[in-house]
Amino acid sequence: MSKLSHLSRLEAESIHIMREVVAECAHPVMLYSIGKDSSVMLHLALKAFYPAPLPFPLLHVDTTWKFREMIAFRDATARRLGLQLLVHVNQEGVAMGINPFDHGSAVHTDVMKTQGLKQALDRHGFDAAFGGARRDEEKSRAKERVFSLRSAQHRWDPKRQRPELWRLYNTRLTKGESLRVFPLSNWTELDIWQYIYQEGIEIVPLYFARERPVVERDGALIMVDDERMPLEPGERPQMRKVRFRTLGCYPLTGAIESDAETLPAIIEEMLASRTSERQGRVIDRDGASSMEKKKQEGYF
Amino acid sequence: MSAKPDPLPAELDAWLASQADKDLLRFITCGSVDDGKSTLIGRLLYESHVLFDDQLAALEQDSRRLGTQGGELDFALLVDGLAAEREQGITIDVAYRFFATEHRKFIVADTPGHEQYTRNMVTGASTAELAVILVDARKGVLTQTRRHSYLVSLLGIRRIVLAVNKMDLVDYSEQAFRSIEREYREFAAQIGLSDIVAIPLSALRGDNVIEAAGTMPWYRGPTLMAHLDVVPPPQRGAVRPFRMPVQWVNRPNSEFRGFAGLVAAGSVRVGDPVVALPSGRSSRVARIVCGSKDAAEALAGQSVTLVLEDEIDVSRGDMLAAAASPAAVSDLFEATIVWMSEEPMLPGRPYLLKCGTRMVSATVAPLKHKINVNTLEKLAARQLELNEIGVVNLSTDQPLAFDPYVDNRDTGGFILIDRISNGTVGAGLLHASLRRAQDLHWQTLDIDQTARAAQKNQRACVLWFTGLSGAGKSTIANLVEKRLFGLGRHTYLLDGDNVRHGLCRDLGFTDADRVENIRRVAEVARLMTDAGLIVLVSFISPFRAERALARSLLGPGEFFEIFVDTALAEAERRDPKGLYRKARAGQIRNFTGIDSPYEPPESPEIHLDTRALSSEEAAEAIIQHLRKAAVIDREWVFIP
Repeated sequence: MSKLSHLSRLEAESIHIMREVVAECAHPVMLYSIGKDSSVMLHLALKAFYPAPLPFPLLHVDTTWKFREMIAFRDATARRLGLQLLVHVNQEGVAMGINPFDHGSAVHTDVMKTQGLKQALDRHGFDAAFGGARRDEEKSRAKERVFSLRSAQHRWDPKRQRPELWRLYNTRLTKGESLRVFPLSNWTELDIWQYIYQEGIEIVPLYFARERPVVERDGALIMVDDERMPLEPGERPQMRKVRFRTLGCYPLTGAIESDAETLPAIIEEMLASRTSERQGRVIDRDGASSMEKKKQEGYF
Repeated sequence: MSAKPDPLPAELDAWLASQADKDLLRFITCGSVDDGKSTLIGRLLYESHVLFDDQLAALEQDSRRLGTQGGELDFALLVDGLAAEREQGITIDVAYRFFATEHRKFIVADTPGHEQYTRNMVTGASTAELAVILVDARKGVLTQTRRHSYLVSLLGIRRIVLAVNKMDLVDYSEQAFRSIEREYREFAAQIGLSDIVAIPLSALRGDNVIEAAGTMPWYRGPTLMAHLDVVPPPQRGAVRPFRMPVQWVNRPNSEFRGFAGLVAAGSVRVGDPVVALPSGRSSRVARIVCGSKDAAEALAGQSVTLVLEDEIDVSRGDMLAAAASPAAVSDLFEATIVWMSEEPMLPGRPYLLKCGTRMVSATVAPLKHKINVNTLEKLAARQLELNEIGVVNLSTDQPLAFDPYVDNRDTGGFILIDRISNGTVGAGLLHASLRRAQDLHWQTLDIDQTARAAQKNQRACVLWFTGLSGAGKSTIANLVEKRLFGLGRHTYLLDGDNVRHGLCRDLGFTDADRVENIRRVAEVARLMTDAGLIVLVSFISPFRAERALARSLLGPGEFFEIFVDTALAEAERRDPKGLYRKARAGQIRNFTGIDSPYEPPESPEIHLDTRALSSEEAAEAIIQHLRKAAVIDREWVFIP
């Protein structure tokens, strides 16, 4: 009797969660952020429903400030796997000219990401949205449910969250309510990388070290991905060998200097590294408990 | 920063391969606010090097601002998450933490210990395979320690680590530790916990958490981390019969029809016979699809898709089980319920019940009792309030395939959902079906004799009194019925004279009519037995053949022939109804014993000699016999 490894058990749990949603929810969607966690989540979903095609569409909330390589990877992946991909842009935000440079990360993220997500969920009437968040990412997520209940206004109320026992999830909703479902809740960052390695999952090349044009701002290395990036006086992009541990809007995502060009090298670097992946995200530093606040407002 | 970087493996590929074999162990930590639980978990995370520099920097900052350790690192701040609870200084929900050792990954359910948070502890314990119970060395085994241990035991956790914390505050005294350990073991044995490893430690100072402490040379056992790294994992249902609740039917085209689910117990191989429950239809496994590949075998804990050889009707909510040892199916259960809602649980109100992948409507009968989680006392109660635990009978509107919770959490645990608010309001453990038959498959879904009798707390049977007129049959039968009635049994007495006033009013006393009379009475007795009753038949029934016919209508052990034996002369002397006199006078024809034969039983179950026994003694003899024959002697026992 061979025992199951930790990755097998995590995989089985994630697949079980996705199947529960598909069996019980009327109109599910998978939020696809193009990052490594999304890649793992998509891979698990393909396994969960094989040989049937994915029984739900993917939704990407495009802030219009994503790395170009992310968009290329997104479109290539959808094409290769024959997936139904919905891309939503908050046109009101675009009309207002919202951008991370003039409005700051908080306003930009709220308008283009949080509001954009709510618009897309409302427009399509999705009652369940898969997200790739993990409990190990951040302290306030350690208590997040796998099935997180959101009000008709998409707000997260800690008091209304349901106890989750055994493998029993309550998917019942009152009119207007919806669920955010996190199949990767119990995965750690190392699990994600090991699984990508074990399964040979494709990820955006930005995760691998390469010479890229960057400027240094507030201690973070910001990649100059396109000509929209306003340079400060005297600032000049330098080519440095960098990679990204997390992917978001390019002006808000710090790179790290690295030589890791392969998966084993990334894992090796990660084991030695002393910086958590969320540090690359500028939004987490906007004041104490900021993730918790964002979550209550409807951000993942 | 004092944290050492992890040693880098020389051969990364080899290391990655070894990581693929890592085991996963889920455990729960139980302790009250002051036991140092958050400090202990914070230290486990800190010492296992899963924290990064920026998190440590935040910890240093928080420790200066909010810490309780005079500016030194306050590990509790690592795990106290939500802003609201940080302000209150207590944790108010279940948090999940992650760390790893050489051989294992761990998921820790971190739950607060307040009485009002039974709900949280039960939630955390439901997925845990081991419990770390914290005790403050200065305070020893407290009420809350007992409560935590009871809840952990209730939820089926059998492996316990008793972490005696704050040893630094009792001068690392061996005596203090041993006395706490002894007291705990005594208590734990009472609630069925015997697999206990006690470790003296100081979470604050790190003694015996990762490194053996020089401060306690008298302790030669493992440190907490060393123990967690090697403690054998539980069986996880691997050796039990195969079970898989069907989650979803995968039917992308007419070529493929698979049943997706997570194997809840046992294993299954291609070719294995399986049965779908509750329908009872059987087939064999044709394919096991695991991801995009086919596998020869699926193990407990794996998510797979099974294709069967036959086109049998299976849908979400059904269970596929090993054909040789299928799960029980029932719609009437004994269960323990933990109530989790501010609104009390009301018997009689229908709730939605989700067990495995099946959702049914469930109604709870009046509570048997609730349990005081501090003293384990059973208390009478009409309803359950938030965080209360009670034992109930519950019925479902549709049959449910299940295993007792002690055998399998995934097929024996359930949640209750409020129909209006849609909230999860309760959790429960199925213990037993209240139907009697061991192998309750689809045949027994209909309410049958066993079920009806079980409901009445008895075994259905016929007590067939035979003997001459005037022997005392009716008197004795009457006494026996009174005794049974007094014992709470459900009976019916068919008396020859009474039946002849109605059912058999068209019959006379010819032999043919006597046979028909007995046939009718035997059929009625059979129907009443099927209704679950103990049927007393008091009839002369002079012919062996008719008594044999009556016996043949009933199952083995259900027919008790009671010969009320009196000499004809004695019966004739008593002649309570004056019938012998009339018969002798020729006023009655075909009277048994006078001008119609009586064939005495050759081997009756009970032979009563009325010359030696009074009617009361005869009735007592019958009751004793019924006790021996297990008709009434044993209290109803639930079938696990």
